[in-house]
Amino acid sequence: MTGFRTLLYKEILRFWKVSFQTVGAPVLTSVLYLMIFSHVLDKHVQVFDGVPYTSFLVPGLVMMSILQNAFANSSSSLIQSKITGNLVFVLLPPISYREFYAAYVLASMFRGAFVGLGVALASLIFVTLPLAAPGWILAFALVGGGILGSLGVVAGIWAEKFDQLAGFQNFLIMPLTMLSGVFYSIHSLPDVWQTVSHFNPFFYMIDGFRYGFFGQSDVSPWRSLGIVVVCFAFVAGLTLNLLSRGYKLRG
Amino acid sequence: MTAAAIRICGATKRYGDLRALDGVDLEIAEGEFFGLLGPNGAGKTTLISALAGLVRADAGTLEVMGHDVVRDYRKARQQLGVVPQELVFDPFFTVREALRIQSGYFGIRNNDDWIDEILANLDLTAKAGANMRSLSGGMKRRVLVAQALVHRPPVIVLDEPTAGVDVELRQGLWQFIRKLNGAGHTIVLTTHYLEEAETLCGRIAMLKAGRIVALDTTANLLARFATHSLKLRLAQPVPALPGSVSLGQGWLEFAIDRYDEVEGRLRQVREAGGEVMEMKLGEPDLEKVFVGVMQSA
Ligand SMILES: Nc1ncnc2c1ncn2[C@@H]1O[C@H](COP(=O)(O)OP(=O)(O)O)[C@@H](O)[C@H]1O
Ligand SMILES: [Mg+2]
Repeated sequence: MTGFRTLLYKEILRFWKVSFQTVGAPVLTSVLYLMIFSHVLDKHVQVFDGVPYTSFLVPGLVMMSILQNAFANSSSSLIQSKITGNLVFVLLPPISYREFYAAYVLASMFRGAFVGLGVALASLIFVTLPLAAPGWILAFALVGGGILGSLGVVAGIWAEKFDQLAGFQNFLIMPLTMLSGVFYSIHSLPDVWQTVSHFNPFFYMIDGFRYGFFGQSDVSPWRSLGIVVVCFAFVAGLTLNLLSRGYKLRG
Repeated sequence: MTAAAIRICGATKRYGDLRALDGVDLEIAEGEFFGLLGPNGAGKTTLISALAGLVRADAGTLEVMGHDVVRDYRKARQQLGVVPQELVFDPFFTVREALRIQSGYFGIRNNDDWIDEILANLDLTAKAGANMRSLSGGMKRRVLVAQALVHRPPVIVLDEPTAGVDVELRQGLWQFIRKLNGAGHTIVLTTHYLEEAETLCGRIAMLKAGRIVALDTTANLLARFATHSLKLRLAQPVPALPGSVSLGQGWLEFAIDRYDEVEGRLRQVREAGGEVMEMKLGEPDLEKVFVGVMQSA
């Protein structure tokens, strides 16, 4: 257990030492989104009854921060270690692939949670946030962070160069998070796009997470949780399989 | 059976058509100071990587202190300390942080007493609080050695630890490694400095294209493949003498097995009318052995 705990500690320390970039910068970005969108749209858009647009926006932004930062943490840590070669320090000790997986994903979830919490706290300057069902907030934050942390491990192992990783991030993660209903309810979309959105797992993460705040959502939170948990099981299984075979790590 | 520190049977590793390891069999006993020599690309690093679990052999078995490196990887890795060939470091941490973290990976908490001892022996005490980024290449190399030792591994493998390291540092490093060997640690070393291997290693394996082409004690290798040489510069040329080779500019070389043959050779030269102006005695060295083995293999 000490091996696992040390790797987790090291992964947390790694982003914490540069928290200005890894936590501060994403919080600032989200707050800027919030200020601009709310200023432009608050008077024109209402998604849920009795919920001002700015309030509606906050949970989506928080969840987006959790997801993107969970992904960024494991993927950037792994690719940096691979490119500089210092991943040997982790590969030489008697650390099992399950411990390796757990440490990288948990650290990613921590980073996501830190940033998400930062965004939520900063948003309190502008809005008041209800907490209709906090258990859902926690559940979706955990599972969502776990999925993206795992995807980050996959991307970090697979990518051999920084631009391959950037491609993964820009052409897969970013569009899926952006098109998941962070900025709108999918009921405001044309039918076709509503249908398409239902195939996007990120939609369920955000929708369920938002339910925890307002007690309202596009689909039932149970259904969202079910889908998200199945996704997590799939991604975790894939990642563990790659790790157990030493794919691209133990030649 | 007494435990071998390292036991390798039929280790094979292919990269496409290339056989980086082509059926390597090797057994290294506990307490040995062992040299693994070979030209670039011979497969030394691949063999070490297979032993450390960084690379999976396609065939064959590898054991460290009796533990299979795949099936029983936890125990095998706990017994093994590897100093990698590449000069790698984690720029996020100081020297002490790096060593504490490495200890933790091996399941050891509160390792500061041993860390301090390693730092002192490697002349790194003053750098304990320095960030890894700020260290010179030689310093980084020493930290790599320190990281390989945090868990007091009975078997220590050093892959070209002195490449690009200045003479003074090399001396200090070898002193420490010898001390560890004296305390019972098995040492396996690869190096391009053949004099280094000659003075340090009790036994040597030479690798070429993934195969072991020579394996013996250093003394036997020197005796088997290399001879002493006697070089003489003569005042004027003499008719060709049996057993001699002309090196040009008046120099003549005799291959001899022992020093007591010198007197006979000198007499031979005098009798042929030669007058000796200068004389050099060459000892057998590993360089000659190495060149000889590589050519004949
Ligand atoms: N990951 C790899 N992919 C392809 N070829 C490799 C890889 N690693 C090593 N090789 C090849 O295997 C051979 C042995 O390399 P190596 O073990 O590094 O030799 P040495 O350490 O003796 O210089 C070389 O021809 C090298 O190019
Ligand atoms: Mg090498």
